[in-house]
Order: sequence, then C-alpha cells, then structure tokens
Amino acid sequence: MRRIITATVQNRSGVLNRITGLLQKRQFNIESISVGRTETDSISKMTLVVEVEDNQKLEQLTKQLNKQIDVLKVTDITDKAIVSRELALIKVVSAGQLRNELQGIIEPFRASIIDVSKDSLSIQVTGKPEKIEALIELLRPYGIKELARTGMTAFLRGHQPQSTELPSYSLLNR
Amino acid sequence: MKVQTKPGAAPRIETKTGADLLVESLIKEKVDILFGYPGGAVLPIYDALYRARESFTHILTRHEQGAIHAAEGYARVSGKPGVVIATSGPGATNLVTGIADAMIDSLPLVVFTGQVARGVIGTDAFQEADVMGITTPITKHNYQVQHVSDLPRIVREAFHIASTGRPGPVVVDIPKDISANSCEDEYDDDFHLPGYQPNIKPNPLQLKKLANALETAERPVILAGAGVMFGNASDELRKFAEKHSLPVVTTLLGLGSFPGSHPLALGMAGMHGTFTANRALYECDLLINIGARFDDRLTGNLEHFAPTATVAHIDIDPAEIGKNVTTHIPVVSDSKAALQSLFYHAESTSNHDDWLQHLTDYQKENPLWYKNPAKEMVPQWLIEAVHNVTNGNAIVTTDVGQHQMWAAQYYAFEEPDRWVTSGGLGTMGFGFPAAIGAQLAKPEETVIAFVGDGGFQMTLQELSVLQERQLPVKVIIVNNGALGMVRQWQETFYEERYSESLLQIQPDFVKLADSYGIRGYRIDTQEEFIDLLPEVFSYNGPVVLDCRVLRQENVYPMIAPGKGLHQMIGVKP
Repeated sequence: MRRIITATVQNRSGVLNRITGLLQKRQFNIESISVGRTETDSISKMTLVVEVEDNQKLEQLTKQLNKQIDVLKVTDITDKAIVSRELALIKVVSAGQLRNELQGIIEPFRASIIDVSKDSLSIQVTGKPEKIEALIELLRPYGIKELARTGMTAFLRGHQPQSTELPSYSLLNR
Repeated sequence: MKVQTKPGAAPRIETKTGADLLVESLIKEKVDILFGYPGGAVLPIYDALYRARESFTHILTRHEQGAIHAAEGYARVSGKPGVVIATSGPGATNLVTGIADAMIDSLPLVVFTGQVARGVIGTDAFQEADVMGITTPITKHNYQVQHVSDLPRIVREAFHIASTGRPGPVVVDIPKDISANSCEDEYDDDFHLPGYQPNIKPNPLQLKKLANALETAERPVILAGAGVMFGNASDELRKFAEKHSLPVVTTLLGLGSFPGSHPLALGMAGMHGTFTANRALYECDLLINIGARFDDRLTGNLEHFAPTATVAHIDIDPAEIGKNVTTHIPVVSDSKAALQSLFYHAESTSNHDDWLQHLTDYQKENPLWYKNPAKEMVPQWLIEAVHNVTNGNAIVTTDVGQHQMWAAQYYAFEEPDRWVTSGGLGTMGFGFPAAIGAQLAKPEETVIAFVGDGGFQMTLQELSVLQERQLPVKVIIVNNGALGMVRQWQETFYEERYSESLLQIQPDFVKLADSYGIRGYRIDTQEEFIDLLPEVFSYNGPVVLDCRVLRQENVYPMIAPGKGLHQMIGVKP
C-alpha cells in the first residue's frame, strides 16, 4: 500500500542520507521524496511516498524514522485531510502549428508554458500527482523530450474533520 | 589571544585547541580509561592526552578491533560508556565490526575517529575513509565535527545519547585541523536534543492491561532480556516473579538477569536453549517480554512462537515492540520503572501451580545432558568444572560458537552483569579483548575468557595488553581444532562435508603465551585439568589454558533452522 509520510527533521548535513539509508537497510522502497526548509531555519520537512506491504511494516517504518536523533516528528498523513502538491516540468516537441492545440490541452490543468523555442515548449504544472500523471499522458503523443518531477510535498489541512466532532453539533446532545 | 564575551557569560580566553577541548570534555564526563591506537590524523589528540596523562589510563591495544571489543567489555560490566580513539581511514574501518557489535547488543560506546583535514575531505586523501557514510547504519548516532567550538557540545551529546534510552554506540569523527586548531569562537557545551526524548515511564493504561492479563493467565511466563540489566531491574524482576510465581526464561544476553539456580528459573531459551524454556514459550498463554528483542535465534520459526499467548512487551525502544512478534500489550518503558509499577498494580489471583508443576516435570525429564567418558576433556564438563571452582562468581566472556553455547548452558549465572558475549552480531574474536575491558572495569573480580581456537586467533595479539597491564584474566581455549559450530552445521546439514572448518595447523598456544611472558598450560585430560585449576585461580596474573577437547562434540539440544520451538532435536541422549 502506498503511504504518504512526513518527517520534520533538524536541518543538518547527512540527515537525508540517514533517512534514505535507514529505508534502504530495512528494504523499504521510496517512490518519491522531497525535502525543503520550513518556516524555522533549522528545521526541514520531508515528504516521503513509500510502498509498504502491511500495517506492521508501516508501523516499523514510522518507529524507525522516529528513532533517529535528528527526526523531530513523523506522521503518516495518508488518511488525513491533506493538501498535497507536486511540480513537473515537461518539455514537449512542438512546431508552430501545434502550439494552439497544446495550449488547449494544458489550460484545463491550469498549467502554464514557461519556455518556448523553435521546436519545443516547456510546460509547468503543479497539483496532485494524479493530475500530473494525467497531463503527462495527454502530452505523451506529442513527444516528450524531457520530464522533471519534484516528488510530492504535502501537509495537513488547517482543519481535520473528525467523526467524533459530529455529535457535538447535534441538537439532541446539547 | 582573543577574549570572547557574551552577555551573562564569563569571558573566555580562547587559546585551546580542539584536542584540548576534547580532553577537557572527557575529564568532565569522568572518563578514566581510553582504549585506542594512535595514527596520523589523531596526533594532536594524542599530544593533548600526553599532556593530560595523569587523568587517563590509555590502553594501547595491538589492533583497533581489540580496542573496541575491550571497550564493549568495559561498558557491559561497568555500565559506563566505553571510550575508543582511532585514527582516520584504516584505524576507523578497523572499528567497524565492534561498532556494529555494540549497536546490535545495545552497548554504550563513544568512539572518536580521526579524519583528514576538512580541506581535503572528499579528495581521497591519504588515510581518508567516509566514516560518516560507513558508520551511519551501525551507530545510534554519529557526528563529524565542523567547528572547533562545537566539540564540547558534541562530546556531551555523544555521551548522553550513548548511555541513555536504549544504549548504543556514537561515533564522533574529528578532522585533523579541528583537533589541531585553536578555537576562535565562543564555545558552549549546553545541548538540546528535541528529537531525542527516551520514554522512561510506562503508560498506566498499558500497565493496567498487563496487570489484568496477569490476573487471568493460567500459563504465564516471563522472558528476560539484557534490557533488565540495562535498567538495573534484576532485583525488581526477582521480586515480581516471586510474588506471582512466574517462571522466568532468559535470552542469551539476559543470562544473569534472574538467578540461574532459582526454582522459577527455566534457563535460556532459543536455538540452543533448554527444552523446558522453549516449551514454556511454546505453551504459555501470557508471555511477558522484558527487554528482549525477539531475535530469530530465540524465536525459531515465528509461526510456532508462543502461538496461543497474549504477548506483552516491555521495552525502552518503541521500534522493538511489534517488530518481529505481534504484540498485544506494548509497554514503552525502562524495565525498572515498569516492574516497579507492576509490582504494586498487579494482584495475584489466579493459581497456576499446575503450570509450574508441568514445567518442573519437563525440567526433571529433559535436563541438559552430555556424555562424559571421564577421561578426555569434554567441553561441557570443562565449563562445569570452571563453574565449580569459581562458585559461579566469575565474570565470563566468550567469542561466538560452540564454546559460547556451552558456557551459556553450563555456567549458571546468579548475578547480573557477569556475562559478556557477542549475541546479535556473533563476533569471533570478541571474547578475549572483551575480557580485558571487563577486567579493567572490575579489577577485583575473576575474569574468565572462554574462547574457541578459531576466534582466539582473530585477536590473540592482545596478549600484549594482558602482560603489559598484568591483568589476571584466565583465557580458557576450548580447543577442538575446528571452527566448531561451522563443523557441527556441516555435519548435520551438509552431509559431513567439512569445507574449510577444520584447523589443521595450530600454533603452540603454550609457547605463544610464553613468548608474551604469560603462563600457559596444555591440558588433555580431565584429571590434569582438575589438578591444575586451583593453581590457575589462586595465581593473580594472566594465564592461558589450551584445553584440548573432543572435536566431535556437538551442542544439543537444538532447534534446526526454520523449525519451531517445539521441534527441538537432541533433547535426549
């Protein structure tokens, strides 16, 4: 099963190596990983998309990550209300006459053309990985010259709907 | 000379080098023994140590592997972190086995490695190795010092991390220019590790669950691991077991956490454990694991491990809980705190006399056995003879293999912290240097190193240290002219094809000891051994005993690989 895990870590050299080494040692396959600084300079956030066999392996994964001295917090956010985004840059073969057609394809995806040359277009798209997949599939027939993806980054939405919250809105329980 | 000031802090005059700061920090941490080996990249550190030589005993081993295994023995017996220094490149890589060994057996070590100067790191400089890369997977944590001013803080963190929570090795890699250069910035050794907060106190709800499970259990058993000793909880374990009449099984590393001769003691479980201990794990309805990590050598085939039991697991490392065995009642806690709370919360209501009687019957019907022709040296007999002459009071270290299992089976440990063995990694060459460290930690105690003829030849150069320091370690070579456990497996599982397991050419161990100035004896018969033992143990100096034992002797009983706890072979003669 595919899980989205975020790890808040100290921004120190070698931390990424520690995390990926740990996953390698324990035979977890990383589908994507993205890292960047947070609002606090000394702290970075990682978003890992990992394929795990079962809940027991998943628990082991989060526990092992938590055990690292430089890891402050590990959360499996797969089943939560989250905002997740990925960015992709796609260079598509395109002679002049196809540009309008391509424009028409990418517009519903709210993607934008960020570079134009004689025989290619570069498109930038952000969104959920599925959306990016979909756009790539649509563009593939035109000939993709180059493709670069950042991997998913994600965090929890400001408000998490919880089933336990529901009764508190009930008139009967008041 | 530069004077640093910071509001509220006393001004410091910064003329100290990194090496000076390191030495100061070591003194602050109350380190008195260092195990090490000098080299180019640690020359500034050794120079600072020379100036501070009143403060430390430095043990110069003859190989870095000897240094780190000695530090492990020291740590295991003293409970304090073992401190090791080695140079960059080959010095550091020679420590790798010991670091991995300490990691898997949870021994606190602080390891300082030299590194080439920062300016040439990454250029494949002379004696450069990527120590951070190499040691990341086998340490609890590691550091490479980037600023001289960070050194005091890093050393404090290293000692803190190594010795708290689940203990483990911490490596501090120090580039040569860091140890040689003076500190230009202010330094501060205060530290704050927000990502490292070991959980000491048990969760009351989980403990309550465990107490409830105990009340209704008919066939409860305790599995005691080394975590009992790391938490200094042996007394608590004994009182708890006695209060509820709970039988206690120990792991290999947990030997001594519960008195071996106690009526509730079932002995060691696992591949070469006792029949009774393994049956207890197989038949129990409540298994309380305290500080053991469910190693595969203990559990055998997981399918048959405690198949009908409610499993409770008390461990300070949350990642160990549920890792190998499905756990119904997890308790993340220090073993002492958990046992203390349990002692007051759990009420003894259920009667399990039948269960205890059942286990006692097993013990009577299926004791450990060996055939004793009463003339030639039988290894099991040898261990028992040493146990008798030392009244079971010695500190015993071993390598890995047949002699290790025989020592575990036949040297009944009554007290904690007297058994030093390489469990998880199974390191040949461990036992002898570990004995050196143990003897340094406890100079008054009798220390015995049971070693195989194979393992001893991996680190026997440390005989120099024995002689140099006049450490009265008794090295007992269980010499069967073979890599015994390999030979046994080849006999059993590879149709007696003894591929490279028989040691045809052996040194004359007596002459070898003599060449180091150490007393050595060769023993071929039980009679000779009995005659010699009083002399050996009354002599306050190092001794090497080359005991020629029967080559064909095998370790029994045994769970074959892939089999379950109830499928032991060799239970009866």
